[in-house]
Amino acid sequence: MQVEQISIFIENKSGRLAEITRILGETGINIRALSLADTSDFGILRLIVNDVERAKVVLKEKGFTVNKTEVVAVEVPDKPGGLSTILQSLDRDRINVEYMYAFVERCGGNAVIIFRFDETDKAIASLAANGFTILAGERLYSM
Amino acid sequence: MASYFNEEFETLPRAALEALQLKRLQAVLARVSANVPFYRNSLAQAGVKPQDIRSLADLQRLPFTTKQDMRDSYPYGLFAAPMEEIVRIHASSGTTGKPTVVGYTQQDIAVWTELMARSFVAAGAHKGDIIHNAYGYGLFTGGLGAHYGAEKLGASVIPISGGNTKRQIMIMQDFGSTVLTCTPSYSLYLAEEAAAEGVDIKTSKLRVGIFGAEPWSEAMRAEIEANLGLDAIDIYGLSEIMGPGVAIECIEAKQGLHIWEDHFIPEIINPETGQPVADGEKGELVITTITKQGIPLIRYRTRDITSIDRTPCVCGRTHGRIARLSGRSDDMLIIRGVNVFPSQIESILVRIEGVEPHYLLIVDRRDNLDTLEVQVEVNEGMFSDEIKVLQSLGRRIEKEIKDMLGVTSTVKLVEPKTIQRSEGKARRVQDNRNL
Ligand SMILES: [Zn+2]
Repeated sequence: MQVEQISIFIENKSGRLAEITRILGETGINIRALSLADTSDFGILRLIVNDVERAKVVLKEKGFTVNKTEVVAVEVPDKPGGLSTILQSLDRDRINVEYMYAFVERCGGNAVIIFRFDETDKAIASLAANGFTILAGERLYSM
Repeated sequence: MASYFNEEFETLPRAALEALQLKRLQAVLARVSANVPFYRNSLAQAGVKPQDIRSLADLQRLPFTTKQDMRDSYPYGLFAAPMEEIVRIHASSGTTGKPTVVGYTQQDIAVWTELMARSFVAAGAHKGDIIHNAYGYGLFTGGLGAHYGAEKLGASVIPISGGNTKRQIMIMQDFGSTVLTCTPSYSLYLAEEAAAEGVDIKTSKLRVGIFGAEPWSEAMRAEIEANLGLDAIDIYGLSEIMGPGVAIECIEAKQGLHIWEDHFIPEIINPETGQPVADGEKGELVITTITKQGIPLIRYRTRDITSIDRTPCVCGRTHGRIARLSGRSDDMLIIRGVNVFPSQIESILVRIEGVEPHYLLIVDRRDNLDTLEVQVEVNEGMFSDEIKVLQSLGRRIEKEIKDMLGVTSTVKLVEPKTIQRSEGKARRVQDNRNL
């Protein structure tokens, strides 16, 4: 039930983000979701793409440091406080969220949030037990 | 009670030791001036004849030999014995261009083997030990030097050489290794890798570790001893002089490395002026090999910075002790009055990353204060998708540099291949100060 995310180390200098999106675009890889975390010196770009392995290879060829991480995609009920119910549920089960960001597309009218947990398996079990919908990788990459 | 491999020579009273040194010095000078054109010329230029050397103090009248002299004589120009008598050739890796080449006669190998055996005993090893020799075998002197000494001692040697750490950990456990020989940073890497495999190396049979071939510190010794559960002993050697076993700490004191003075005459000089400095003062180590036949060297500038202590040692050995090496004279940086060597920072990075890192030291001066920025290329092994992990990596490197070298630095993580490489080797230092 996990989704593969690639993360890329970038220095905070102009043009790096454009460079990465250009490389992926030229290779025909679609970026499905994106989040950039940064400090004054460097940033980490996290991507959900439709072809993880290929994206990793082409970026490495261009000299980027790339890692693959398992994240979890969860459907957020399309009503006020939808996200809050997920977070409260996770909190009750003492599951720590490292970071999260929104998926570009919607799924059947619902929003999709990408979560990174420190204990992924435990988080998946908790979410499933509490009735939340977790989206499989194949579904997400092709959305 | 200390044990010795060669008690008579290791505990020779100073007067007798110095008389032996003088006799051997005179003999080697006669040999090189007869057999090596380079020395015949350099002695003539200095206006000294071998018979002018009547006391050890006269040594100072002799010219130095440098690494450049060795390069200029590549490959065999400084050999004092005919090739028919040379039974082994080693070479040190040349950072630029050609390596420096050394040749050993049968007798040179025998001396090296004995000095290495003496070193093992001084470090607390003995017959019956299982010696896990993880120094590289090959042109590099480390592997074979330790190997022959260990056999002479009567220990069982595992010639594992470098690399394949998982296999090393398995063999170390299964074969019951009691003594480990490798670089200090590799020992910590071994411990980390073992822990990752679920093996606590502290519970292994390892009792003694003999570490050399790169500068390290007392803080690193404490860390190694805590992480590996053994006595960590510092060994010194360089291929130009012989290889490992030129000097070693005794396990009784762990306070300076006894340099085998019946085969080498050590001097400490001011690297700028070439003048000797007093015992206890820091300077460049200069060594004259007084028994070597293959390639004897007169007043060889090692470029290693240390000091010498000739006061008696608790172990009973009478040979002077050189202080733990604090780096090389030719790439030393002085940052806020503290001597810093790129190799020291490199060994900190190797230890943290477990891989050879690409790094650049940028030294600058702002508001009359020296600043040190350490740029480190982020490789896959250290990269994480979490900001806090990378930030704490940077802080950890800064802390280790502060703890080990006493210098405040700023670590900047940079993308791969951003640090300039020349001839495949990275430039390590950029000093922007206008001094
Ligand atoms: Zn001693």
